[in-house]
Amino acid sequence: MAERNMDPRKTPMPAQPAEVRRHNFQEVALGYTREMAVNEAKRCLQCKNHPCISACPVCIDIPGFIACVAQDDLEGAFAVLSASSALPAVCGRVCPQESQCEGVCVRGIKGESVGIGRLERFVADWHREHSHGKPEKPVANGHRVAVIGAGPSGLTCAGDLAKLGYGVTVFEALHLAGGVLVYGIPEFRLPKAIVQQEIDSLRALGVTIQTDVVIGKTLTVDELFDMGFEAAFIGSGAGLPRFMGIPGESLKGVYSANEYLTRINLMKAYEPGSATPIRKSRSVAVVGGGNVAMDAARCAMRMGAEQVYIVYRRGMAELPARLEEVEHAQEEGIVFHTLVNPVEVLGDEKGWVTGIRCVEMTLGEPDQSGRRRPVVKEGSEFTLDVDTVIIAIGTQPNPLLRQTTEGLETDRHGCIITNGDDGLTTRPNVYAGGDAVTGAATVILAMGAGKRAASAIHRSLSK
Amino acid sequence: MFEILEKDPLNATVVRIVVSAPLIARKAEPGQFVILRAGENSERIPLTIADYHRAAGTITLIYQIVGAGTMELNALNCGDSLRDLVGPLGRATETEGLAKVCVVGGGVGCAIALPVAKKLHAQGAIVHSVIGFRNRELVILEDEFRAISEELRIMTDDGSYGEKGLVTTALETLIQAGNQYDEVIAIGPLIMMKFVSQTTKKYGVKTMVSMNPIMVDGTGMCGGCRLTVGGETKFACVDGPDFDGHLVDFDEALRRGDMYRETEQHAREASCNLFQQEVR
Repeated sequence: MAERNMDPRKTPMPAQPAEVRRHNFQEVALGYTREMAVNEAKRCLQCKNHPCISACPVCIDIPGFIACVAQDDLEGAFAVLSASSALPAVCGRVCPQESQCEGVCVRGIKGESVGIGRLERFVADWHREHSHGKPEKPVANGHRVAVIGAGPSGLTCAGDLAKLGYGVTVFEALHLAGGVLVYGIPEFRLPKAIVQQEIDSLRALGVTIQTDVVIGKTLTVDELFDMGFEAAFIGSGAGLPRFMGIPGESLKGVYSANEYLTRINLMKAYEPGSATPIRKSRSVAVVGGGNVAMDAARCAMRMGAEQVYIVYRRGMAELPARLEEVEHAQEEGIVFHTLVNPVEVLGDEKGWVTGIRCVEMTLGEPDQSGRRRPVVKEGSEFTLDVDTVIIAIGTQPNPLLRQTTEGLETDRHGCIITNGDDGLTTRPNVYAGGDAVTGAATVILAMGAGKRAASAIHRSLSK
Repeated sequence: MFEILEKDPLNATVVRIVVSAPLIARKAEPGQFVILRAGENSERIPLTIADYHRAAGTITLIYQIVGAGTMELNALNCGDSLRDLVGPLGRATETEGLAKVCVVGGGVGCAIALPVAKKLHAQGAIVHSVIGFRNRELVILEDEFRAISEELRIMTDDGSYGEKGLVTTALETLIQAGNQYDEVIAIGPLIMMKFVSQTTKKYGVKTMVSMNPIMVDGTGMCGGCRLTVGGETKFACVDGPDFDGHLVDFDEALRRGDMYRETEQHAREASCNLFQQEVR
């Protein structure tokens, strides 16, 4: 075994300086060099209990892949990763590691945890850049499965089934596959070329991806079975944006984060020649504290805004976003107004946004979710001078499928009801997973659900 | 996929295309729309389905050349294919139980009003049609409307064809003449639909309008197409595009509609230059 690295701190990962990156859409974090990766891998204690594995939604053999990196066996490391994860280059970048694997790492008790996410990313990138062998197309087993939605859960499910020889067709409503990876998460956090490569390798496995098909409109779930599919997996996500219901939300300059990010990421509004217009903002308030809010705020900065605020009704400690995103946003000059809640969007006579009126909050007793409930502070009203407001307070599952699929039951939030682990819905042979089931969550949880559904479908169809 | 099979101009700026789209043709109903992209880097353009032929697997789209996006679309000819076409989106116009209806169309909106009028006619309803245009040169689909309407009034702003005046004048005359409509269906510019709704409100005649706001995805994802209807926020793409005209906040919709006017103007000029260069 190679010598252990007992440095209490993670090997730093190079990044574009904040002053430079706040004006461009290129990736912020630049990734480890091979030396850095090997050095960081040597910080792993290879402890017996490996709590990291249990904290990973797809149960990657984390000490296993890190041991390979420590021995400079990068192909071996990739083999361990890809046994559990279909999209390691994506997860290394977008997983909330601090609340999963890294959150329980033994090295984290007396210092910083092992940089598991950074190592995952390094291994996946290394493989992508150095391996040119195409995956072998598996022998067809004669069964056909339909996957609805080409986001993280659908792509994972499709990949796992294709490897087992299933004929898989993925139906995607938009003109491009990738789901939130292409319309939501910005280029500077997840380069689209990486997503494209993951999708290309699914195609190489024999997966058919049919874009421009809205299941529930163009075709129904029942018609998929008529067409000869024996099972269907619904991974349609939680794409319906929520608004606050305060006055002024229909003013020009108020966007849902979904619309703002879709215009920028999917429709490339940040490129000079783009056909899709977007508001040239001077001062922007983003309402919300999750990853989507951070993405929207950092996009607004890169689109040329002079001032960008995050407006969040709880405190800094309660921000649901990944720690790294919050830190990056702060470094880039985004101002956080926490414990602040908007009460009205103000506008001029032509209907353009001129400001957002807010109140300060204090944290009261914990609510049902266990988080302390924000309470309005009397007489604390103030106005932020902004010309754009982006609402990033969450999304709900899209209703199109439940409206058109008889027997598909949903809960009062519109989330599809499943039997738990397998993802089997109230319709025979129809499985579901990801945000369509859980409500807005993370890429990795969606992938985990896609994976479990794929194995359940395999168990059912191979009987 | 999505090959353009026919293309004819209806007037100087309005064009009809017939596109191969078997899956959409199988499901399309009057009132529903599609979203298309002409090329790899084009904007997503929502267009209401003007007609469909299930057996032939085709749909008809009618567009007015107004911005960079529609210019790019118009650069395609028979034999070319649209890069993307998705649909049918939105809810179909409800025609069940309607026995006598006045269909009001304005300008290129007549292209969307026609399939609704045709469907009503086919189910045995009495159809009166009022169609309005700025002038004689812009009149479209006259014969098609005549074929299915018991009454047809053509209005032009300058009186160069039909009667001089607004569609609301003709509509009010028809109502005052004692015509009892189950419903008025108005499809055209926002301002026209606003005034039609105001007119019919006086007479207590239920009025449905087809809203065509700015949208990106057309499946409920972006929320850009939100409208206030009866005090509630609705998404035109999944809750509409048809809404009760007496409940729609038209003034808000009118304001939201010009959000990108300046950008569009720049884009239009840029494309004009581009297309001129190509011609030379």
